[in-house]
Amino acid sequence: MMQTVRARALVAAVALAAGVLGAGTSVGAPQGAARAQAPAAAELAPAADTCDTTKSVPPGKDVNGAKIRKIRERGTLVVGIDQNSYHWGYRNPQTGSIEGFDIDLAHAIAKSVLGDPDRITFKAVPTARRIDAVKAGEVDVVIRTTTITCARLQEVSFSKPYFAAGQRLVVPKSAKATGVDQGLKGKRVCAAASSSSDSELKSNRHGATEVTIVPNQLDCLVLMQLGKVDATLTDAVLAAAQAAQDPTIEVVGETLLAGWMGVVVNQADTDLLAWVNQALLDYKADGGWQRSYDHWLAGSMGSSDQYAYKP
Amino acid sequence: MATPVITGERASAGAAVPAAAVPARGVVRSGRAFLGRALDSPPGQLRLAGAVLAALVLLFGAVTAWQVGTRASAAGQVASSSGPLSQDAAEIYRSLADADTTAASGFLLAGNEPAAVRQRYQDDLTTAARLLAQAAARASSSAEAQRWIAELNQQLPQYAGLVETARANDRQGLPLGGAYLRYASALMQDTMLPNAQRLVSAESAQLDQDYGRAESAPWAAFALGLLALAALGAYQLRLFRRTNRVFSPGLVGATAALLAALVWLLGGGLAAGDSLAESRTAGAEPLRALDDARTEALQAHAAENLNLVDRGSSDTYTTRWSEVTGALGGAAAGAKGPAEGSLARAERLAPRDAAGSVTEARKQFATWSDRHKQAADKEAAGDYDAALQGTVGAGKNDTAEAAFAALEQQLGQAATVERARFKAAADGVDGGLEVLAAGAAVLAVLSAAGVVRGIGRRLADYR
Repeated sequence: MMQTVRARALVAAVALAAGVLGAGTSVGAPQGAARAQAPAAAELAPAADTCDTTKSVPPGKDVNGAKIRKIRERGTLVVGIDQNSYHWGYRNPQTGSIEGFDIDLAHAIAKSVLGDPDRITFKAVPTARRIDAVKAGEVDVVIRTTTITCARLQEVSFSKPYFAAGQRLVVPKSAKATGVDQGLKGKRVCAAASSSSDSELKSNRHGATEVTIVPNQLDCLVLMQLGKVDATLTDAVLAAAQAAQDPTIEVVGETLLAGWMGVVVNQADTDLLAWVNQALLDYKADGGWQRSYDHWLAGSMGSSDQYAYKP
Repeated sequence: MATPVITGERASAGAAVPAAAVPARGVVRSGRAFLGRALDSPPGQLRLAGAVLAALVLLFGAVTAWQVGTRASAAGQVASSSGPLSQDAAEIYRSLADADTTAASGFLLAGNEPAAVRQRYQDDLTTAARLLAQAAARASSSAEAQRWIAELNQQLPQYAGLVETARANDRQGLPLGGAYLRYASALMQDTMLPNAQRLVSAESAQLDQDYGRAESAPWAAFALGLLALAALGAYQLRLFRRTNRVFSPGLVGATAALLAALVWLLGGGLAAGDSLAESRTAGAEPLRALDDARTEALQAHAAENLNLVDRGSSDTYTTRWSEVTGALGGAAAGAKGPAEGSLARAERLAPRDAAGSVTEARKQFATWSDRHKQAADKEAAGDYDAALQGTVGAGKNDTAEAAFAALEQQLGQAATVERARFKAAADGVDGGLEVLAAGAAVLAVLSAAGVVRGIGRRLADYR
């Protein structure tokens, strides 16, 4: 009980933190603090693998599709992204522009749909609002290291997978951790609200004494550097991104909830989903995917073999 | 029915000098034997009346010195302590809020952050640190104020450290910098600014209290003075009726000194009240209105910048912008909120020499609102970069940021004028009151001496 209360307080505090510079949270702390209990309910249910997460609609380009026509009329693709995922979707603090592997993919889809990779409007979407933003039609697609889960498939559609996903543990090197259970026993762990890691910790704390939930995984790195938490559970790729920003931390132990990442699309927009699947195929075929991987990820993640989806 | 000691053998003497016996009667009962002998004769009665009169006059002097002295110290507090402290507290709040907003501007401008933005942030922190040190050094601050000062003193270096960590990460091109800036900003918005606001409230309350003490009328001194004057007059009248001597130089002198002290008390008190009222209406009150407007302008500016940092992830900041600018400019007809905005209020309360700056600031506010709307329209149309340029574009003078800076500068000028008006009016009030307190005491002693001398002369008639 005590722990829960403390964790809640921290959630509130960090949600407020995110509020101010909008790491992409629904800034006003209250919403953040409430951490989207309602929509999270379904999403946070243990991911029962009762569905095929790699299944999506067949690729295709239907210029008469309702959603495609709407986007073309508007002249810009509205993409929900993150500003805090290093090498994936982040705001380059020196140029102010949004860059990364997910961003390259967004540009490729914009080029496919509108003929111009720059006809794109980025909207920062907090981790906890990825699904809602698509459902509410605030954005056309969300490209934001989102793991395809059966629970999420109840609410939105996903493209074919474009990258391997899984949850990994990040700890300071000085902790000398070797596995998830061993690394978390008796420790304070941090995760992003409504993320797969949040979901995992809900069903199994792995011996952690305290769970701190924040709006964005990068807030966990701040807390870890300030000594306010001991470990972070996050997407494998974001764990690697954290390690790339701080040489004193490392990614350790086994991968939990292994799966795939996909582009999130509204269930009603099957024409857009088919188009995105086609764009993904083209992106793979013309070497765009590999070029982007080599530019952003090869340095911190090595060979792309284990990450690429091969149907 | 009268006291048994007096009645009987001394009944005729008692009836002969009723005037002298009247003020003494109460004392008589408590020291019957001694006073009985003292009042045995007209000289005894005279002596007692003189002692009572002199005591009354001295009591007036003492109460006046004490009451006016208290008001002098309160006026001194207003001028040199609670006045400046409440102004400093508002400045501390402003500096902290501005530092946070400026840090966000620097983040938005990324690699294009001009030296001026960096400098502004540094100046804000320096000002806050300097004023906090000053406030902490003033022993007169209340315990409550000292508590908030101590907390802020402890939090300021933490905040600065977080912002520097953010900058170091930004310089390496890491998004971690943005996360640190959020964390720092949360510390500022959720902990430090509320503390600074509590400090402002504590110092404002202290100022109001000091004004209250300095401006309250010294009723006890007035009452005692009038009572002493009446007794002195009545006594002289009786004496005149009994002895047919018109003047007793001592008693007349005593009356004159007492009258002078009373007139001074009245005049000096009125003058001090005038000066204090002036310091309030041309200084403290318009400054408070100005501080409200400046705080709201800062909040609006922060909301504007943070909305761009937020990049569409919520409508929190657009909502806050509408609210705060509504408070600044006044609610439109039919909308909720006071119709008179805080800028209009600051303009209405401003003394004539500061009103011009506030009027100019209101014009800048209109410009700022227009430019903000243009930028917001661009953002709504999906052109984030154009919105960014229209809001904070480095080195441009047609941005929303430039209009805000001009507004803030005008309000700052008005504040300088109002601060000077406050100082001119409040300074010296305490000195005048201190002289009055001392002077009243001296006049009361002279008056008492006059009473003693005047009655001594009459006593000599009996020898």
